[in-house]
Amino acid sequence: MKLKTTILISAAVAALTAFTAQAADTIKIAFIDPLSGPFAATGTSGFKQAQFAADMLVNQKGGVIDGKMFEIVGFDNKISPKESLVQLKRAIGEGIHYIMQGNSSGVANALTDAVKKHNDRNPDDLVLFMNYSAVDPALTNEKCNFWHFRFDANANIKMNALTDVIAADDSIKKVYIIGQDYSFGKAVAAGAVKYLGEKRPDIEIVGNELHPIGKVKDFTPYATKIRASEADAIITGNWGADMVGLAKAIGDAGIESPVYTYYAANDGITKTIGASGKDKIRLVHEGRVNPPPTDEYKAYHMAFKEKYPEADISQFRIANALVMLANAMNQTKSTDPAKVAMALEGMEYTTIQGDKVVMRAEDHQLMQPISISVHTDENIILDADNSGYGLVTEKTISAADADIPPSGCNMERPAS
Amino acid sequence: MLELIFFSLLNGVVTGLLLFMLASGLTLIFSMMGVLNFAHASFYMLGAYFAYTISIYLGFWVGLIVAPILVGLLGAVVERYGLRYVHRWGHVAELIFTFGLAFLIEEVVQFIWGKDTKAYHEPEILQFPLFTFFGQNFPAYKAFMLVISIGIFILLLLILTRSRVGLIIQAAIHKPNMTAMLGHNVPLVFMGVFGVGCALAGLAGVIAGPALGTFPGMAFVLGSIVFVIVVVGGLGSLTGAFVASLLIGLLQTFAIALDYSVNDLLQLFNISFDADSALRDLWTLSLPQIAPILPYLLLILILIFRPTGLFGNRET
Repeated sequence: MKLKTTILISAAVAALTAFTAQAADTIKIAFIDPLSGPFAATGTSGFKQAQFAADMLVNQKGGVIDGKMFEIVGFDNKISPKESLVQLKRAIGEGIHYIMQGNSSGVANALTDAVKKHNDRNPDDLVLFMNYSAVDPALTNEKCNFWHFRFDANANIKMNALTDVIAADDSIKKVYIIGQDYSFGKAVAAGAVKYLGEKRPDIEIVGNELHPIGKVKDFTPYATKIRASEADAIITGNWGADMVGLAKAIGDAGIESPVYTYYAANDGITKTIGASGKDKIRLVHEGRVNPPPTDEYKAYHMAFKEKYPEADISQFRIANALVMLANAMNQTKSTDPAKVAMALEGMEYTTIQGDKVVMRAEDHQLMQPISISVHTDENIILDADNSGYGLVTEKTISAADADIPPSGCNMERPAS
Repeated sequence: MLELIFFSLLNGVVTGLLLFMLASGLTLIFSMMGVLNFAHASFYMLGAYFAYTISIYLGFWVGLIVAPILVGLLGAVVERYGLRYVHRWGHVAELIFTFGLAFLIEEVVQFIWGKDTKAYHEPEILQFPLFTFFGQNFPAYKAFMLVISIGIFILLLLILTRSRVGLIIQAAIHKPNMTAMLGHNVPLVFMGVFGVGCALAGLAGVIAGPALGTFPGMAFVLGSIVFVIVVVGGLGSLTGAFVASLLIGLLQTFAIALDYSVNDLLQLFNISFDADSALRDLWTLSLPQIAPILPYLLLILILIFRPTGLFGNRET
């Protein structure tokens, strides 16, 4: 009996030490995003991109701090802020100190608050939040906190870049703004009106329309209105089925004006828009695809397509976030989130696309070049949705974010 | 302005006729079997997805014929082995059955075809603008949708009023028990009507898929509006469904096209409101903003003032 107990205990101890030894060699990063439900297409695509980036750009290059490996662990938040907090608790319970999230600013707002509260209460068990896609400007302005880092350009920065392009085009005299009726759609409309008013007061806003989100079955009446307004350019923040419907209706009505969008690519959208949006749909985004900016990026993209033929690298910023995290760990020789966060502040990094990016220390907003690309099937080397169509970069604005300084960000840094 | 009215009229008619194809099946099923088929729009979605898959291998035209037949057969099977079995526990059980079926179909569609929008396109010979008016194109495909819908309406009307089958169906709608007493196989008629109704929904899906997008939410987007049409048009009335479909189609299109608010109306009578008034938001609500609720407003008004619907002749 006694012998049996001893054997059992020693086995348990051996198992435990083996487990901790393994745990010490991997750094787990929680990927909290919708992996099921209506937004799963975007969430799972991001998850694949994160796993691939961690594997290719960190682990295969020897990992961080003498061979520690990144492991991306998926946590399904069903795009609900409430569920995200539960998943955050679960991740913390599993001893994870780094979380990534991107889909929906509503979720990001909830997470950034929860992370701050957790860190205030548990200074020995800190968590760092890498936001790769939630673009609500408030997250790095009035709601900013030391533990939150944003690797995408916020909605205002993108709008600033987009309106730079529109302002430079003298043939544009009338602009039509259309969007989904919720916070992001309204933010896009407000940004467009503000920046166009400052840069080109002569441009007339001939329409500023919000439609119900996800409930419009036919966008033809809107296209008719846009055509009747004789707009020279259209701006929209639409995504998902609403973007596809709008692009199709505009194509069918024979409207030739350019359509400036935030999210009209990948995850089936490029394929569905196809020929009807050729040379018409434009996208404002970070990162470039065509022409591939560097051979290194081209090889990376092709390797991804080989592993996941059905997916695309739609969010290149995910790779930037992970590599910058790895660099911060290597620099400090530590996995302590407080030290890593300090190293990330102000960190400069040259992406595999050859762009110099800087994590602005005041508000933790990544400063990066913003590109305007056009949807076409000519000169496409790396297409989207395997459709032959893709994005060709027309213009890159290097300092769209410099015009937009942090406002209202008053960050408390941990005393060290 | 003329341009806006002309195109809104055309678009309204196209939307209305598409809605009619869905509503005609639903109104027949509803009036005959007393079942409010919540899954009706799901059959519409299935039609689009079936046709999409068929069009990849055999082209659009094969899909146009085969997909509705498949959906119709599926509908008949659902009636024969699902609804008829559940029927013994009454209408509530049937209602819940179709409700569950709608969710089931949506999940299965997501499981098989995925969650993203499918690239289901018009056939190439219909990808040209039929005519250009004030610089705006009217796609040939829209005209094709018009022709198909009108053809279906005429065909249905002829079958229901001129054929023997139509007579039995009409009889079964009004006096199902009496029809059964006279020796007609009413359950078979039910199965047939349910199948044909689903096939019509499937056909609507086939032709709407390329125009309105083929995605898992397409049933949800259209589902509730079809019920409005059935109630507004009146139970069992094909003419009612036709008129109500056109009415709703035009109502929705024009509401989006015309940027008027209560404020504009009041100004006609020289009434103006203080900009700081607490009700300011209410007065400045524009027609496009309330466009999505207009059909439901109409539904409530009809239920209050004319419960039988515009052309209905049966109370229950």
